[in-house]
Amino acid sequence: MNGMSPIVQTVARFVKVFILLYGIYLTLIGHLTPGGGFAGGVVIASLYIMLTLAYGKKFALKFFPRRLAGSLDSVGALIFLVVACLGFGFGGIFFANFLEKSYPGAEFSLLSAGTIPISNIAICIKVASSLFLVFIIMAVARIIDKKDGSKEFKQDEEEE
Amino acid sequence: MGIELIMIIILIFILLGAIIAVEIKDLLSAVISIGVVGFGISIAFLFLQAPDLAIVQIAVETVLLVLLIRATIRRDVKSTHSHINWAGLICVVVLCLALIGFGFFAMQELKFGEPAISKIQAAPSNHYLKEGLSETGSANIVTSVILDYRAYDTLGEATVLFTAIIGALAILRGIARKQKGGK
Repeated sequence: MNGMSPIVQTVARFVKVFILLYGIYLTLIGHLTPGGGFAGGVVIASLYIMLTLAYGKKFALKFFPRRLAGSLDSVGALIFLVVACLGFGFGGIFFANFLEKSYPGAEFSLLSAGTIPISNIAICIKVASSLFLVFIIMAVARIIDKKDGSKEFKQDEEEE
Repeated sequence: MGIELIMIIILIFILLGAIIAVEIKDLLSAVISIGVVGFGISIAFLFLQAPDLAIVQIAVETVLLVLLIRATIRRDVKSTHSHINWAGLICVVVLCLALIGFGFFAMQELKFGEPAISKIQAAPSNHYLKEGLSETGSANIVTSVILDYRAYDTLGEATVLFTAIIGALAILRGIARKQKGGK
């Protein structure tokens, strides 16, 4: 799929940094104010979806290749699982907040709440990469009607 | 009365959007009407003082709308054929009547905006509200519940998302992977 008009591309160029910052902000501040890993991840995924729509598939895949997205999806899930297992190891309970027990941070500060920010970051990575992956698959695949009434499933220009 | 009036207006708006989405022939217009439903729900969450849900709803709705428009536009199927499904219609009517009856009897016991769980003193949510900050250190009670008290649920959610992505990747791969030494 190709890009859109220069107006869309210019606006996307101005806006992309702010969207990325907002996604990171929602993730990091999730344990203090409304937000959290899921919302931040969806915002970051929507940034890449916007870049794909504005500049075309090649541009977005140059910064975020499909293989990297698949790996990051697994890495996020693994970090979340490792946090859970570390809680089992140190705190005795699955998902125990062992960091908060041993190093309690000041209330309402950024470095507090133990394992919750780490889990937020893991979920953000996972959700962002997986939603981008879904979009890029659906953007590439299409169903073509043949003359004899049957349908053919096709992906245009495989990049791998 | 103020919040109830606002909620009634938003709910009528959502219902209209949903009915239009079902009845309209053009698929793109149906997708946009679905967007009306989603954004209306996010405004309703804001008025009901659930900003966490409102943020997630508005972000997911935007991404989903783009995905659905991308999926419906420039495809072979542009419009739907309508024929009345009587069994489905009867099911919908029965379900609506049951929900209205349940709501009528529930609202006689409770006031609008009052959580049912607040009547029980030993409910876990009261404990979370009182001890959430001191036990988990998280100022946002919602986050302290979903990532500390009920983190197991979140792990299951992440697993569901992971499995769904794997399924989509496997189905939409297009070309079957080449066998070793084979064709």
